[in-house]
Amino acid sequence: MSKNRQTTKKKNRLSLGILWRQRYLLAMSIPFVIWLIIFKYIPLWGWTMAFQEVKPATFQKPIFERTFVGLGNFIKAFKDRLFIQTMVNTLGVSIIGITIGTIAAILFAVMLNEVVFLRFKKITQTISYLPHFVSWVIIASIAKNVFNDGGVIDSLFGKNFHLMSTNSVLIWFVIVFIDIWKEVGWNAIIYLSAMAGIDPGLYEAAEIDGANRLQRIWHITLPGIRPTIIVLLIMSIGGALNVGMERQMLLSNPLVEDYTMVLSWFSYKRGIGNSDYGLGTAIGVFQSAVGITLLLIANKIAGLIGEDKLI
Amino acid sequence: MKNKVSIVDYLLVLVFVVIIVITLYPFLNVLAISFNDATDTIKNINFIIPRMFTLSNYKYVFKDTDFVMPFVISVSRTLVGTLVGVFTTAMLAYTLSRRDFVFHKTFTVIFVVTMYVGGGLIPDYLLIMRTLHLGNNFFVYIIPGMIWVYNMILVRSYIDGLPVALQEAAKIDGANDFQIWYKIVLPLCTPVIATIALYYAVGQWNAFMDTYLYAQKLPTLQFKLYEIMNQATMKLDIHSNSNTSTAVTPMSIRMAVTIVATLPIVIVYPFLQKYFIGGMTLGSVKD
Repeated sequence: MSKNRQTTKKKNRLSLGILWRQRYLLAMSIPFVIWLIIFKYIPLWGWTMAFQEVKPATFQKPIFERTFVGLGNFIKAFKDRLFIQTMVNTLGVSIIGITIGTIAAILFAVMLNEVVFLRFKKITQTISYLPHFVSWVIIASIAKNVFNDGGVIDSLFGKNFHLMSTNSVLIWFVIVFIDIWKEVGWNAIIYLSAMAGIDPGLYEAAEIDGANRLQRIWHITLPGIRPTIIVLLIMSIGGALNVGMERQMLLSNPLVEDYTMVLSWFSYKRGIGNSDYGLGTAIGVFQSAVGITLLLIANKIAGLIGEDKLI
Repeated sequence: MKNKVSIVDYLLVLVFVVIIVITLYPFLNVLAISFNDATDTIKNINFIIPRMFTLSNYKYVFKDTDFVMPFVISVSRTLVGTLVGVFTTAMLAYTLSRRDFVFHKTFTVIFVVTMYVGGGLIPDYLLIMRTLHLGNNFFVYIIPGMIWVYNMILVRSYIDGLPVALQEAAKIDGANDFQIWYKIVLPLCTPVIATIALYYAVGQWNAFMDTYLYAQKLPTLQFKLYEIMNQATMKLDIHSNSNTSTAVTPMSIRMAVTIVATLPIVIVYPFLQKYFIGGMTLGSVKD
């Protein structure tokens, strides 16, 4: 649709004349570019802190007057007593979340796509993504009612499961369950819209050939949404270490903190909590670097097994 | 699919009814507890119809001055943040929709790049707290997250779809670029403006981390709820042990606040649905 505009305008070269003629456009965009540089690009420049010793006292110093420590902050992070456990937690909760979450969303979409009562289908979908719009604080407040000792689940089964008070990997599964409960309906939307794009003629042909429901799902629906699944998988693998501090912190409590601490939270704890800005930044940079590496690996694997690549 | 309705179709409905119950039950549970007598709730919290109906939890929340301030802050940041966000996003989006603008390409690229790379928690924190000194300042809720690039792209794609003739006619009539945007383009953008307004409003209302990190002295309703949540478990234990019969408990207060904080979302939910889903598919129309 943008094509029609391009044909009516000739290509503009940068000159004083054009700057003057487009002064209104400049006035309407430059302030936001300045905003962008301040709030998005200066923090990127802040990555240099990962290679320096930066404490509250040295923060105001110009960059070249700070002590350069090379990879010192990274080594300090890897030697931290919390590091291994944090990595294990991050990967654990992430891998479980991606696996079960993807399967749940696909299953949800496939099943909903099979519902023939259209009104019921619409109502179900509407209800399913309500929790997506509710904040994590509210979700945490609700989750405490359900999973805490003596909560809804305990009283339902008349047994104390200690779901949120056992210091073990159990809390990973509880967090993943809550996350899926919140997001499955929302995540299914993208699969449902991919299914809507499948040629109905395929289903009609399959029906004539006598394919049953499962065969139609297996041979038409799932292959139809395959590219979508691959793209979303590659992206979520790229984000495997970016487990949000907000969710982890809100669903945690002092009893289970050994198993809820993730990289972003750890970075905050060391960077702001212990005022070691250099160390905190290094953990963040490590997280991004591994993220990009994972994304490239996943992308490569997708290419190798003959799927469409993301990049 | 003109197949006859089979037993499998009814089984599917049954599965989804179970899913709906699992989705809604926790919300109804919170609602019921918020309207239930606090001391009665302690006995067993698993119910969705109030056993001893009372309004005292809500009365406490609305009377307690502790909750007035967070409520005012939450409402203000939602109103101001949405207004500022929509206005600035629409303005920027228009300039970037103009293919003849000299910096069209440059500016588009530098904005889109920030969707994929960011400084991260610590650099952001230091910029806002140590360099700009925005800590505990109301503007920390408005300025740093003013424009979401994703929303900007939504608006830009929408403007791209509008007929160019209108803009050209206005130009011939002597309108300047600002006037073209304000008088011609903006009124035509109402549907997409509604979409991003909802995005910003929900984001502002639900925001928690910015208060936690930068402005604990300006608590929002979400932050207040977090505070109650972290003290509720301790105080509740004291109550259940000592058998005191106070009218409210931290638990019942928490439930009332949870409902108050959820209500605006439920109210705008019908609109959310209409515009959000449209927005999701619109987002894929990039160039």
